[in-house]
Amino acid sequence: MNLTLKVWRQKNANNPGHFETYQARDVIEDMSFLEMLDVVNEDLIAQGQEPIAFDSDCREGICGTCSLVINGIPHGGHKGTTVCQLHMRRFHDGQTITVEPWRARAFPILRDLVCDRTAFDKIIQAGGFVSVNTGGTPDANALPVPKTDADLAMDAAACIGCGACVATCKNASAMLFVAAKVSQLALLPQGKPERERRALNMVRAMDEAGFGACTVTGACEAVCPKEVSLSFIARLNREFGRALLKGEPKKSSGGAG
Amino acid sequence: MKLDAQIPSGPIAQKWDRYKFESKLVNPANKRKFDIIVVGSGLAGASAAASLGELGYQVKCFCFQDSPRRAHSIAAQGGINAAKNYQNDGDSVYRLFYDTIKGGDFRAREANVYRLAQVSVNIIDQCVAQGVPFAREYGGLLANRSFGGAQVSRTFYARGQTGQQLLLGAYQALCRQISAGAVKMFPRTEMLDVVVVDGAAKGIVARDLVSGEISLHAADAVVLATGGYGNVFFLSTNAKGCNVTATWRAYKKGAAFANPCYTQIHPTCIPVSGEHQSKLTLMSESLRNDGRVWVPKKKGDQRAPQDIPEGERDYYLERKYPSFGNLAPRDISSRAAKEACDDGRGVGPGGLGVYLDFADSIKRVGEDKIRERYGNLFDMYEKITGANAYRTPMRIYPAVHYAMGGTWVDYNLMSSVPGLFVLGEANFSDHGANRLGASALMQGLADGYFVAPYTIGHYLASTKPAKVATSHAEFKKAEADVTARLKRLLSINGQRTVTSLHRELGKLLWEKCGMARNAAGLKEALKRIPELREEFWKNARVPGENQSLNQALEYAGRVADFMEFAELLCTDALHRNESCGGHFRTEYQTPDGEAQRDDQNFAYVAAWEYQGDGKPPLLNKEPLVYEEVHMSTRSYK
Ligand SMILES: Cc1cc2nc3c(=O)[nH]c(=O)nc-3n(C[C@H](O)[C@H](O)[C@H](O)COP(=O)(O)OP(=O)(O)OC[C@H]3O[C@@H](n4cnc5c(N)ncnc54)[C@H](O)[C@@H]3O)c2cc1C
Ligand code: FES
Repeated sequence: MNLTLKVWRQKNANNPGHFETYQARDVIEDMSFLEMLDVVNEDLIAQGQEPIAFDSDCREGICGTCSLVINGIPHGGHKGTTVCQLHMRRFHDGQTITVEPWRARAFPILRDLVCDRTAFDKIIQAGGFVSVNTGGTPDANALPVPKTDADLAMDAAACIGCGACVATCKNASAMLFVAAKVSQLALLPQGKPERERRALNMVRAMDEAGFGACTVTGACEAVCPKEVSLSFIARLNREFGRALLKGEPKKSSGGAG
Repeated sequence: MKLDAQIPSGPIAQKWDRYKFESKLVNPANKRKFDIIVVGSGLAGASAAASLGELGYQVKCFCFQDSPRRAHSIAAQGGINAAKNYQNDGDSVYRLFYDTIKGGDFRAREANVYRLAQVSVNIIDQCVAQGVPFAREYGGLLANRSFGGAQVSRTFYARGQTGQQLLLGAYQALCRQISAGAVKMFPRTEMLDVVVVDGAAKGIVARDLVSGEISLHAADAVVLATGGYGNVFFLSTNAKGCNVTATWRAYKKGAAFANPCYTQIHPTCIPVSGEHQSKLTLMSESLRNDGRVWVPKKKGDQRAPQDIPEGERDYYLERKYPSFGNLAPRDISSRAAKEACDDGRGVGPGGLGVYLDFADSIKRVGEDKIRERYGNLFDMYEKITGANAYRTPMRIYPAVHYAMGGTWVDYNLMSSVPGLFVLGEANFSDHGANRLGASALMQGLADGYFVAPYTIGHYLASTKPAKVATSHAEFKKAEADVTARLKRLLSINGQRTVTSLHRELGKLLWEKCGMARNAAGLKEALKRIPELREEFWKNARVPGENQSLNQALEYAGRVADFMEFAELLCTDALHRNESCGGHFRTEYQTPDGEAQRDDQNFAYVAAWEYQGDGKPPLLNKEPLVYEEVHMSTRSYK
């Protein structure tokens, strides 16, 4: 099939970007969307032009690196699919496709379709962990965890941190991302001792990074390639409320001497 | 070069404890005076950086992805082994050790493997404490499955996303240290050289992949945890960015490279669909627990699988290996698939595929049960191929998957350059000539959480390395070399794209140094690789500039290194006149087509030493001595 692509090109963070039109010829339906772009890039290089910059790594839908908005929808709008797993059999001959980067204040564009998502790392650094050092941990089976809790924690933990939820949200909110990590760790006994502190710190970091507020429209769940459920946002709200009620834990000095 | 594996004395079960007791310690107050660089943020790198940060060292951690959480480890599906014996099915540290030595076809170092099996149990404890959501039984305890050629259930898993969950656990531990100020993270930063001063590793040269800026970093020890080199074959199951650059540059600075010819081909991957193919997708081998592998008995049989009656199918793994059947180890299953296809009985386009059929299991346990076990894999298969594997068998074919070879390291995981430690898939240490399923995750985390923090401490305490500033001449020289090379890449301005050259190299290696190798083919490859390399440097086209985000330039640098490394890989394969594990030389096989080792002449690690460009590398041998396990012929019949 032959396709017309309208692709966002932007030299760097300081330059304004614009759309360029390219023809993708002889596209095979077994190609992934990114392989189709690879072929376009090969042509551009052969013609002495600069290829289109876009991020990808695993190309199996798990690393969360690929990040394209296709015809206005992050990852292209097929249920549970990242753009690296989107195959060209989903498109038809003669179609015009627009390709854009994630757009959000907290994710500045670095070049063409590549954006900077370090804001997500900052949120995890603020508390998305259990404070245990290496070594000295109890036997893994010392503490049974109900299977239902473990399974639900895994549902939340499936988040790949791609940022599609932010890219699709009209407020560019990161609530689904934060909710997934807060829920995973609050559901497991290992995460419970720090649950209040974690919820408060991660939400604060999210606000500081410039993400917007959540109005629970559910657009995030719809585009999430791992189908992380909106119900985790309700859980985050509960965790956050609980933490506010309990207040920040008082700092007490250790028993020196 | 003198290779000393530094194996502690004493009985195997006591070596590691003895080592830990005898090693020198760094006073807690002094730890912050030591700088450590960790290149890589996969399981090995992230766990090492976090653990070293916790201990109080000043750590810098580098990765080329936009976040440490995206390292290739994230893609591991099946699981992680540990000798917990939670299933009461006869597992033990000794059995895991034994299986790994045997699975590696007696080409791994006993002492390292024993330690790996020992610390495997701590890994699971650590991960659970971090909040890794492993699969559990209704009673709330951890679930296990059997995996990849093991007869006990020792594999822990988190659905089909074990690597993801383990990496996120390590990443979160790393994030905690970043926020504590103990680790400084450099994402989108690529290490382009190691700096060696007076024979010891003292730092690195790195390039900021967004601005193109070159930076110099000095340290008391440098850790490479940069993953495997499978992408030298162009097509592999590895992430697109995986490369050999870090360990290759280290090789050129004196760190011997061991056993590059030990590459693992995974039997269950989705076959190539065309020239455009950019990578291959693994279908977890856990599928082989319920899928039966077969091809038609008749050559060139074009009928649809459902139309081929039972009697005309060859379930070749069950036929050839009755006691392991469809669960035969990777190297053996891959080779059997290749044989069937070479025999003209492969299925699908080009005859490069075999069936993995779930019909019997669906009949036995029901479609729902199969969906529950493998739903995500069947979905993935359908996304890529458009076919429904509940109705028709999957088509699979072997693909390059893992690198057993890597930088030579001693028991300390230190390379032949003092102060340069190499962890995870990047080193050669534990898997011999073939890796068992679910053992790479185990090794990465063992190295990073439980081994390197001790051995690096011992190095720092016992050698008291001298501080070197980045103003030192060696740093300046390395920087100048890196800059000159980048300039040279950008100025070739030829006619061919880097991808096309890489693809050609990959095809050559796949044909001449893939699942089966022979002297004649390897000699051809060794003639062709230098020509291809020359063509690369004369005729590649690398667009754009240095001072910006330039993915074409990043890629060109990696392919340039593959062009050199490929020659070492084939040299090693040609010199090893035997078949073992993933290295199958057609000249050396038993009458029934199995690998024939030559323990008399080849029971050693081949550690290659760089002698300068254009000069043949020097072969150093580390003899492998088996005190515990009797060297036997590996049989899965
Ligand atoms: C599809 C797939 C499935 C697998 N499934 C399993 C499984 O079920 N069980 C199992 O045990 N094993 C499995 N493996 C193998 C296992 O995943 C890997 O061997 C392991 O994760 C490697 O970890 P690592 O930390 O050594 O390296 P990686 O995870 O590859 O990390 C390398 C790191 O180094 C960085 N890096 C590399 N070069 C540079 C440079 N020059 N400068 C800066 N940074 C650099 C990268 O950015 C990255 O952070 C699987 C592998 C694949 C491909
Ligand atoms: S490239 Fe990894 S999820 Fe798409």
